[in-house]
Amino acid sequence: MSSSVTVPKSALPPRRAQSFISRLKAGEELAYLITLTAAAAIFLITTLVLYELIAQSSLARHKFGWNFLFTSIWDPVRGNFGALPFIYGTVVTSILALLIAIPLGLGAAIFLAEMAPPRISNAMTFLIELLAAVPSVIYGLLGVFILVPALQKNIVPAIKSVFGSLPIFQGAFYGVSIFSAGIVLSIMIVPFIISVSREVLLSVPREQREASLALGASQWQTIWRVVMPNASTGIMGSIFLALARALGETMAVTMVIGNTPQIKASLLAPGYSIAAVVANEFTEATDDLYLSALVELGLVLFGVTFVLNGLARILIMTTEQKGAHK
Amino acid sequence: MNPNSFLKNLVNYTMFAVTGLCTVIAVGILFFILGYLVYNGGKSLSLSFFTNLPAPVGEIGGGMANAIVGSGKVLLLATLIGIPIGFLGGVYLSEYSNEQIAFTIRYVTDLLNGVPSIVIGIVVYTIVVHPMGHFSTFAGGVALGIMMIPISVRSTEEFLHAVPQSLREAALALGAPKWKSIVTVVIPAAMRGIISGTMLDLARVAGETAPLLFTALGNQFWSPGWNQPSATLPVMIFTYAVAPYDDWHRQAWAAGFVLLTLVLLINITARMALSRGTYVPRG
Amino acid sequence: MTKRILGLTIGVAALAGGAMAALSLTGAGATFPYPMYSKWFNDYHKMHADVEINYQSIGSGGGIKQVTEGTVDFGATDGPMNDGQLAEFKQKRGCDVLHFPTVLGADVPTYNIPGVTGELNFTQEALAGIFLGKITKWNDPEIVKANPGVKLPGADIVVVHRSEASGTTYIWVDYLAKISPEWKTKVGVAAAVNWPVGLGSKGNEGVSGQIKQTEGSIGYVELIYAIQNNMPYGKVKNAAGVFVKADLASVTAAAAGAAANMPEDFRVSITNAPGKGSYPVSSFTWLLVPSKIKDPAKMKAVKDFVTWMLGPGQKMTEALSYSPLPKSVVAKEVKAISKIQ
Repeated sequence: MSSSVTVPKSALPPRRAQSFISRLKAGEELAYLITLTAAAAIFLITTLVLYELIAQSSLARHKFGWNFLFTSIWDPVRGNFGALPFIYGTVVTSILALLIAIPLGLGAAIFLAEMAPPRISNAMTFLIELLAAVPSVIYGLLGVFILVPALQKNIVPAIKSVFGSLPIFQGAFYGVSIFSAGIVLSIMIVPFIISVSREVLLSVPREQREASLALGASQWQTIWRVVMPNASTGIMGSIFLALARALGETMAVTMVIGNTPQIKASLLAPGYSIAAVVANEFTEATDDLYLSALVELGLVLFGVTFVLNGLARILIMTTEQKGAHK
Repeated sequence: MNPNSFLKNLVNYTMFAVTGLCTVIAVGILFFILGYLVYNGGKSLSLSFFTNLPAPVGEIGGGMANAIVGSGKVLLLATLIGIPIGFLGGVYLSEYSNEQIAFTIRYVTDLLNGVPSIVIGIVVYTIVVHPMGHFSTFAGGVALGIMMIPISVRSTEEFLHAVPQSLREAALALGAPKWKSIVTVVIPAAMRGIISGTMLDLARVAGETAPLLFTALGNQFWSPGWNQPSATLPVMIFTYAVAPYDDWHRQAWAAGFVLLTLVLLINITARMALSRGTYVPRG
Repeated sequence: MTKRILGLTIGVAALAGGAMAALSLTGAGATFPYPMYSKWFNDYHKMHADVEINYQSIGSGGGIKQVTEGTVDFGATDGPMNDGQLAEFKQKRGCDVLHFPTVLGADVPTYNIPGVTGELNFTQEALAGIFLGKITKWNDPEIVKANPGVKLPGADIVVVHRSEASGTTYIWVDYLAKISPEWKTKVGVAAAVNWPVGLGSKGNEGVSGQIKQTEGSIGYVELIYAIQNNMPYGKVKNAAGVFVKADLASVTAAAAGAAANMPEDFRVSITNAPGKGSYPVSSFTWLLVPSKIKDPAKMKAVKDFVTWMLGPGQKMTEALSYSPLPKSVVAKEVKAISKIQ
């Protein structure tokens, strides 16, 4: 939706009569230029990051080529590096985290925005936002001290007794696993979903709700069919935010994922993620190929983010088109 | 009762319960974490924590005064870098750009958001620390500032978008130039959401450890000015939490508590200072 | 009003700083000796109030890299620099880099076996076999024969290793490579390796925590950590055929045993050292000092510190559960200080 508004021509002096400088002085061009510069700066910074990633990973890229994405070995001693288990771990833990956090977060956001009294809603949200400041390492510690033992003693045996025949719940469980990492990640990203979605829901104009209720819809019908579609781009934005955090999370993940570069069907098996291995090994890597391989993993993560974002946007665009045809 | 309205009401009440349950679970877990942190951190706090420099193992009375100040400085610089760029970029996206450019910049912003914090640290090491020849508070601020940009852009754009077009048109109809209408009407209308987004942004960045490891490094002593390595709370938490000593573990929890309190204070102060007289669209 | 207070607070904070020290040095590197170094630098500062030595534990690799790049004044590492890294240093900084051993560290095997409460004896074949994934059950004959009288169950062995690259891992795999040709060719020696089996946990606490929770598990942790946390650990058979339990004395003995054949630059691995009382999984940790330091004040400070470290500093190690250097090594190092110019 473009936000430029056409102003009747008679409201402004003829363009030819206004030189660039006077328009500048009037503030119009200046405002445009300043904001354009900021937007350009963002573009430049991201390009710079991408450039550095490409430059620093050139050694590894030239040695391994595209095979890097499909190989499963990670051997720093021999200089054999492959990204596949890390890609798998990153994608699976992030998707698992989203599957848990989105329903939970949206449900809470809806309740806080539409149904809870404003004071409580504001106070709760304030505290929830504060949680975004808790450092990753503390989530990791809580994961290790509280979540993992709880999973080992109670939760996973319960899941296994019901779903144990499914391949995703097969195998021995040592506490640290893809499953544990997915859960910790979901807890870490839920504040983003709740906070942003709630704000977005709150900013849907009241008239929309009133119109729907006036037509006889119940509160839930109003929320589901009127408010949420209105807020959908904002909600998607919060999900992207959450996904981005999940993909890049290091400390908390490395403490509960098991740090084993392998690909197994079972969620209960230990795994590894890109951000975790880079964090674990970067400071100790001294030979150039090793460093270059780690940077290449960073580049791969950049690529994974690119692809996932692209897929999500295509998804949005197709649902929007479907909605337009209703 | 009419079967249609029965179903409607049933669904209504059920969803009320379901969303309420979601809230209870989400809020419950989050409160548990907060409470655990506050309890463990609070009981390890003492005045010396705020006034003393870190002490080696075995010596009592060590504190994190330099880390608290260091975090403050780094976050200040990060805000000065990240918020203007993010905010103005968001204004551009919402008010000035056309569809294609907006799509590209949004995509690029999401990409930047997805870069792991450790990679940002490595990149800033290459472009700031290496040329300068040493680690510094400045480099730490740059790294966190870059990380603040994407969330700032997205939240600014999102909430500016939510301002009804009628408001813009009204301002223009009264003869205000476009930029003035944006500054005096549109932005204040979106201010609440923008502040909320900014605080979330700051909170997220305040807890980041990895980028600081390669930029601000750390310091047992005070770090005057901006050009020396500096202690920061997240790095201290990380160092102490993985050490073998119980005393350091306790200090790590205390530091986590202090970090949260720092963010809370900034939150409250900023909201008080900036949100006077904002137009709240909902009654 | 609030805005003014805000501004003032920010201003004060921005300018905050203690009294400017006359001299400020920065070092970075190994995490293993961090507690010791932080105590040393702290006490040194108390004695020389005009010198601030700031040490940060970013990892041995980080230490090597940063001292090579010149972003820190000195480095620290748990594993000595190899020839390629020495050459790179010389090329980038224009002088040599000197290794100074500071203290000794050791890794111990710790385990959680249902029904077993005492100390187990581990032969070289047992440890190598377990970590290679070849010995998979606790009642394997190799383990049983070294522990007569201990009832070992038929449970599976779950190996736990460090996830992040670390000096602790380096020491452990360095030892395994020496006692097992198969490990040397199949896996090799580095701060992070491609482990044939096992779970990766972060830090010593990660490993010990995982072991506590997992029946039948075994892993390696630093001696200091085991001592500080009262963890049970096993004995390892040394090169002389004796099952030795790691403690401060047996670790120093390992260094003394290796001292005779120590190279001039102190870059030596002392795992599997000779000597009856030597604990085989021991290692030095080193300071990395450039041989030429341009700033005369810095150079003097570094020399003074190393001298102090080798003297009174060594007496402070045991309180923190670090093993002091043997006298023979200290004597050699004192001579080497003169190389710093």
